[in-house]
Amino acid sequence: MDKASKNTMGFFDYLKNILSIFQFKKTIRLGLYGPVNAGKSSLANRISLDWLGEEMSAVSKIPHETREIKVKEKVRINSNGKELDFNLIDTPGIATKIDFEDFLKYKMSKKEAKRRAKEATQGVIEAIKWLENVDCVLVVLDSTENPYDQVNVTIIGNLAARDIPVLIVANKVDLRRANVKRVESAFPQYKVIGVSALKGKNMEGFYKELFDIVR
Amino acid sequence: MLRLQFIPYTEIASLTSENKISKVLRIAKNNRIILLEGKFSPEEEALLIERTMSSINRRFKGIEICSVGDYSKEDWVNKIKKSLAKMLLGVNASGMTIIGPASIVKEIKRDPDKIELLTKNMR
Ligand SMILES: Nc1nc2c(ncn2[C@@H]2O[C@H](COP(=O)(O)OP(=O)(O)O)[C@@H](O)[C@H]2O)c(=O)[nH]1
Ligand SMILES: [Mg+2]
Repeated sequence: MDKASKNTMGFFDYLKNILSIFQFKKTIRLGLYGPVNAGKSSLANRISLDWLGEEMSAVSKIPHETREIKVKEKVRINSNGKELDFNLIDTPGIATKIDFEDFLKYKMSKKEAKRRAKEATQGVIEAIKWLENVDCVLVVLDSTENPYDQVNVTIIGNLAARDIPVLIVANKVDLRRANVKRVESAFPQYKVIGVSALKGKNMEGFYKELFDIVR
Repeated sequence: MLRLQFIPYTEIASLTSENKISKVLRIAKNNRIILLEGKFSPEEEALLIERTMSSINRRFKGIEICSVGDYSKEDWVNKIKKSLAKMLLGVNASGMTIIGPASIVKEIKRDPDKIELLTKNMR
């Protein structure tokens, strides 16, 4: 090999190295999707709390508490000696129905309930639009609920069609009625991890799986 | 009374996604359960949800949707599916999508016998 081509080789190797560093440092846009009240905001808070020491979203038993997208930037996570940067994107989730009367149970005026319902519909539309802006998705499900009832097949199908990696989080394993197996059998082609966002249970396992799917 | 509307593939095959979705939504807003031969693409399904959200009001509370043959082992859709399989003989049920107005599906969930009643009437 002559000197010139040797130099070029060296130069390319050098370039490749630099590029791979940039790639490693690239921030991964992690979207949290799933049905209303599954615990998306609780999980976003847990992750943010674990790595930044502060929460990011309001949590409530009232459905559709999150009615707009919330982003927490540059959340640096370590797992198994690896380090990755994420932008956490907490979404309102995707629903196909919203009934303002459901809000009336929570001591809300009719006017307030209607306003919330209207905002919730906008929130879902926004969540769908944001599907275009994520690199990786956590589909958060309530493991005490029947997974077949949850309208997430749609988003999962949508993501699969675009080769976006998906991790299914079976949340609320602290509750006795939790059934992670049932979630697993509903989505056999996906990785499912059971956690409790509220109690911080099995978060190590969660981070490990997360790193596995973004790899 | 529950009302069903069957949409054969030939009726929507030539429509644009936008038109397909308007058609389906129009029927759902009319309080009918739609049996659609065929499936929406993921993009169409996302669009359907968007359009559903923009049409929600006091009377229309949204939809429930399920593709037959997917993750429907234990839910209301399975009940409909089973009854319909009998009813719609000659139609390949495994490539079907069922879309129901949310308020009606809620009623069915509360009282699944309604489906049986419906299929009896249809026979
Ligand atoms: N027991 C239990 N409750 C949870 C857990 N995660 C969330 N919740 C509760 O579920 C409700 C909805 O949570 P939220 O995070 O607002 O759900 P989101 O609508 O998906 O964002 C709240 O009352 C939370 O306290 C969990 O791991 N265990
Ligand atoms: Mg939330």
